[in-house]
Amino acid sequence: MTAIATQLPARIDGLSNVRTATVLFCVAIALAFLKPVLPEWLVRLPDWMILPWAQWLQALFDFVREDLGLIYVTRTITAGLEFVLDATANIMYGKHRWPYLGPISWACVAGVSAILGYWLGGRRLALLAGGTWVWTAVIGQWDLAMQTMSVIVVAAPIAVAIGVGLGILAWRNRTIEKALRPVLAVLQTLPFFTYLLPAVIFFKVGPTAAAVATIIFAIPPMILMTTLGLKKVPPDVVEAGQMSGSTRWQMLRHVYLPAARTEILVGVNQVIMLCLAMVVLTAFIGMPGLGAKLLAMMGSFKLGRSFEIGVTIVLIAVMLDRLSKAWIVKQPVHFEKGTPWWQRHFFLLAGIAVFLLLALLAWIVPYFHEVGRRQDLSMGREIDDVIKWVLDVDWIQATTEWLRWFLNTKVLIPFRDSMLWLPTPSVIVLFAAVAYYVGGLRSALVIAAFFGIVALSGWWDRSMITLYTVISAVVLATLLGIPLAIFASRSEKWSGRILLACDTAQTFPSFIYLIPAIMLFGVNDVAVIFSILIFAMVPLTRYTIEGLRGVPVELTEAADMAGSTRKQKLWHVQLPLALPTMAVGFNQAIMFAFFMVIIAAFIGTQDLGQELQRTLAGNELGKNFVLGICVSVMALAFDHVIMRWVAGRKAALGLD
Amino acid sequence: MTDNQPVISCRNAWKIFGDDPELFYKNITADMSFEDMRQKGYIAGVRDVSVDVAKGEMLVIMGLSGSGKSTLVRCLSRLHDITAGTITVDGQDLGSLSERELIELRRSKMGMVFQSFGLLPHRTVLENVAFPLEMRGQDKHERRKRALEVIELVGLSGREDYFPRELSGGQQQRVGIARSLAIEPDIWFLDEPFSALDPLIRREMQDEFLRLQEMLGKTIVFITHDFDEALRLADRIAIMKDGAVEQCATPDQIVLNPATDYVAKFTEDIDKARVVHAGAIAKPVNGTAVSGEPISSKKTIQELARLLVDDDRDLIPVTSDNGKVVGNLDRVQALDILLR
Repeated sequence: MTAIATQLPARIDGLSNVRTATVLFCVAIALAFLKPVLPEWLVRLPDWMILPWAQWLQALFDFVREDLGLIYVTRTITAGLEFVLDATANIMYGKHRWPYLGPISWACVAGVSAILGYWLGGRRLALLAGGTWVWTAVIGQWDLAMQTMSVIVVAAPIAVAIGVGLGILAWRNRTIEKALRPVLAVLQTLPFFTYLLPAVIFFKVGPTAAAVATIIFAIPPMILMTTLGLKKVPPDVVEAGQMSGSTRWQMLRHVYLPAARTEILVGVNQVIMLCLAMVVLTAFIGMPGLGAKLLAMMGSFKLGRSFEIGVTIVLIAVMLDRLSKAWIVKQPVHFEKGTPWWQRHFFLLAGIAVFLLLALLAWIVPYFHEVGRRQDLSMGREIDDVIKWVLDVDWIQATTEWLRWFLNTKVLIPFRDSMLWLPTPSVIVLFAAVAYYVGGLRSALVIAAFFGIVALSGWWDRSMITLYTVISAVVLATLLGIPLAIFASRSEKWSGRILLACDTAQTFPSFIYLIPAIMLFGVNDVAVIFSILIFAMVPLTRYTIEGLRGVPVELTEAADMAGSTRKQKLWHVQLPLALPTMAVGFNQAIMFAFFMVIIAAFIGTQDLGQELQRTLAGNELGKNFVLGICVSVMALAFDHVIMRWVAGRKAALGLD
Repeated sequence: MTDNQPVISCRNAWKIFGDDPELFYKNITADMSFEDMRQKGYIAGVRDVSVDVAKGEMLVIMGLSGSGKSTLVRCLSRLHDITAGTITVDGQDLGSLSERELIELRRSKMGMVFQSFGLLPHRTVLENVAFPLEMRGQDKHERRKRALEVIELVGLSGREDYFPRELSGGQQQRVGIARSLAIEPDIWFLDEPFSALDPLIRREMQDEFLRLQEMLGKTIVFITHDFDEALRLADRIAIMKDGAVEQCATPDQIVLNPATDYVAKFTEDIDKARVVHAGAIAKPVNGTAVSGEPISSKKTIQELARLLVDDDRDLIPVTSDNGKVVGNLDRVQALDILLR
């Protein structure tokens, strides 16, 4: 025993981790079984321990707002922002404000987008970009779409500018970077309601608040990508810039920023997609547009119209994603000497020509300027009928009914009840045991502290419902997603197809996932779980395929030559090596689930999301924050443990 | 006179990497080895180096990877600040220059070529070459004119509007060379400029480089890990190991009298006859009779092979460029080098 100890100190360390974790685990189990005899204060925290955080925070916010005068600052910002938003609103859908020019005819927007698409990515992108707008106009959703877009065209550039600025600061200054990191981590896990309420309180309801919430929501990835890109500029390029006698400003302007172009543009792509996702959700604070209409239609169970709006949102999302991704890979090309001026600027001239031509056409034929109320081709009612008919088909109805019954009575309700039944300390110790096993004492303390915050907040039971929803959905997503990914990874063709589907699905604003859930299961817990499940399945499947496909060929070949069967190869070679990557996907699935579960409050859950939605109505900023932090720390707890495990596993496997 | 003053003078320079190099330097003892320092968490990139580079001279710094040669050239161009010692360029103390003065120095006197080219990917060949000129604020027409000149010099005319990714490795390095020459620097640093190229292109670029140097006569510090390349190009070679210079001498001297075992290992497999010149082994005349046809001190022993075998004189007179006899070549000694 001592001999082993001297030879393998690391191993022994690991063993003691396991031992402590096991002890903690046993304590958790014991606490659970002893519940009947446990004193009251060990089952749930006694009331006197739960401090009035919400009131305190509320007082603090009021103090900052009124006494420190933050409201005057935000009012000034509001005025400026409102002016810009009004201007874009005028140009895009003819709101009666300065500069009194709009609205632009839909045909012009579609035509110019098609030219832009062609320039960035050829015929297919041209078709996508032009086609999306044609669909939007013809189906009669032009004004809605433009209301949404008019906020995005303002919010995205501002978010990019702030993100790049902060990214540069973080890259320049280690202290700022260290200070920003936890803030960004929390920001990325805060439920979106927590972005919405402060925006409403500090900035006017409607597009201004929507723009502010959207900007703040979209900034974090821009900061991260900017810092990453600047750090990755090759040293040779930097030194070449220095030896050319560049000043600091010249270095940044001419060397660093252009050399980090790819990462910065990836950030821009993410900003655009997050903007779209958030703008749709700002329907909850009275922002008009596609999101509001979707909310209203789903609320009154008009599934046909919801479906049409869903298609529009998805098309816009896919278009924005593909266009900005094409921009990332677009490289400058040189022209041969003597190329005439018009050929060098062909696309710009073509864009202007198409614009003028279509403007003329729209002037002659009003249909191309604006699709009238009775001219649209919306088939909401017909689709409604089709959906009803499909759902009435016996075997489909039987299947959904059975699924609903089975999941509810056999899985979800028992699981939820047991989560609620467990004493608080038992749950905390259980999670701490897992954390101890993965990351030692530090991780265990972090996790215990995180769940301690939840317990002290006084929202333990609601939090457990949120947690139960997330865990059930992610477990189901794993059961479906991983076999699918394993199957797909076997062939080049299917990996490509499924990855493309995942890529596309990932660009959809999360709100969209509610539509099929409500269609199939109506308004209940199963629909909630189902919507989270498909949303969370996307990253899981994607990372699993990438992990399995990423296993070095030599290793699979070695396994083949060692005479292993397909199954042996999968279990002993591919899965162990793919596991760290898969875990990253699993982590993302959990983060997505925490995001989605809050949106599902719309369907009518009983968790933190429902409470959060209520705070919107009552302007209860303090309570809103307490609830938001509960969601955030639970998400961060999972993130911490999984990413610790991934880092440890990767180090053990000698992967980067 | 300033003519004898070296252009670059490096005295007892140290570059230490670690948490607190200044403090660590104070506690260094003479017997501390590179390995000892590494145990304490410090890397001596440059260890007590003293070298001079004369005007118009080409000093080649040779060493394996990790020997500190790239660090040394970065100290000479002050891309790194040295931990201790002094480096002067044209009599100016490099370490005491302000940021402004340093930028000025680089804009007027220094050019540098990098191993992986260091081209700006978003700029055309022309814009890359004109970059240093743009940085010092020259107007557009002038910098275009000058850039076109250097582009022609390196043989890339017609490719001005290409982007770096549209060029081959050799062509990209030509752009790098053109850029470093755009400001007409007096001092030219080349950090393994040809290492990333495949052997055939490398040879071609070396020839090209020698042609340019013949024309321009710059003061050059050239880094390489390729001993053959060093022998081919250098006026003097400094061989580095673990941050310190093992030997700094002409190629002839290094091949004939390696100062340490480490240097000797490099020279072992070298065909000495191709490196050693007649002038390097000629002995002073000292009154001995000189007779017959003299040979040029610039010829290598290999080039003289036939003559050495055919001739029957014991001592062959050696003359310098201006025809003056500088010494006698001991034929047997030369034959020994040839036949080894």
